[in-house]
Amino acid sequence: MNDLIDLAVLYGHLSLLAFGGGPTVLPEMQRQIVEHGWMTAAEFAALFALAQAAPGPNMLVSTLVGLRVAGLPGAIIATLGMITPSSVLTVICLSAWDRFRDAPWRKIVQAGIVPVTAGLFLAAALLIAQAADRSIPLALLTVAVAGISFATKIHPLWLLAAGAVLGVIGAV
Amino acid sequence: MAASEPTPPSTVAAIFAGFFSVGIIGFGGVLPITRRMIVEQRQWMSGKEFTDILGLCQFLPGGNVINLAAAVGHRFRGIPGALAGLAGLMCAPMAIVIALGLFYGHFQDEPLVRHAFAGLAAAASGLIVAMALKIAAPLRTDLLGGLVALVTFAAIVWLRLPLLATMAVMAPLGIALAWKRAR
Repeated sequence: MNDLIDLAVLYGHLSLLAFGGGPTVLPEMQRQIVEHGWMTAAEFAALFALAQAAPGPNMLVSTLVGLRVAGLPGAIIATLGMITPSSVLTVICLSAWDRFRDAPWRKIVQAGIVPVTAGLFLAAALLIAQAADRSIPLALLTVAVAGISFATKIHPLWLLAAGAVLGVIGAV
Repeated sequence: MAASEPTPPSTVAAIFAGFFSVGIIGFGGVLPITRRMIVEQRQWMSGKEFTDILGLCQFLPGGNVINLAAAVGHRFRGIPGALAGLAGLMCAPMAIVIALGLFYGHFQDEPLVRHAFAGLAAAASGLIVAMALKIAAPLRTDLLGGLVALVTFAAIVWLRLPLLATMAVMAPLGIALAWKRAR
């Protein structure tokens, strides 16, 4: 029961901190989950990878963390915690948003938050890569996938499949 | 196509079905698929209306597409519409990821599964590295913006400061910078 409450509190507040999209809260999620003693950073990276292999929004890692910590009820509580507060806020702001459509401050705030979001995304990427890359070949695989994904429009699922195959045949 | 008038979804079930179709095929970036579903395939709203609602969803915290499902559903059918959008978007991916999680939990000690997931995790982290680089790329020519990004990065990665404290300092700083530029 305590785990369910802790999951709801964790994801409920992360939902409202996720400016610029879900991945910006990944470092904080990892930090709090590890500090709570629920799992190691490497286990969290494995769950993140698993979530990437499923279709849908990329915040499904919350579902998997909940599942690991408290079974099916945990999966549901964590997911609801991640989507409910921000969705309620969005619906509340919807009508006001139309009124401020051309307000200059809207553009300024949107532009001002961009570098902060970029820094948070870079931090999330480094922490996830650090946790996942426990050997030099794994780190090289991360660099290769990053380069290919950055430079081409290849479907991400191909790169994930390639990573899994390289792992199975023992190449990384 | 631009000539035809948008036709809003007439039922809550139609909203559920639309977002269900997005959830089940959307790998990696769900946003382009969501736009195609709403603007081109089902023609619920014009491209301009979509961009306007998306602006709000990106401005507020939370997953962009999750916020979008709530906002679009609410615009057409109120609270039941918002719930239908969220449920449609999330139910299939949640079921799939829970199945994957149970499979992984059961077989994670098998060497083959362990090696496959080590490779998968390394590749998945490469995808988020690429995503981060794409977001940061425009800052190459923006010294002050780049500095704000760097300090935010250092606060989280090296100083291990809590996200709330980091945001409380860096967001106003970034906004002040943008405000000064706009004058």
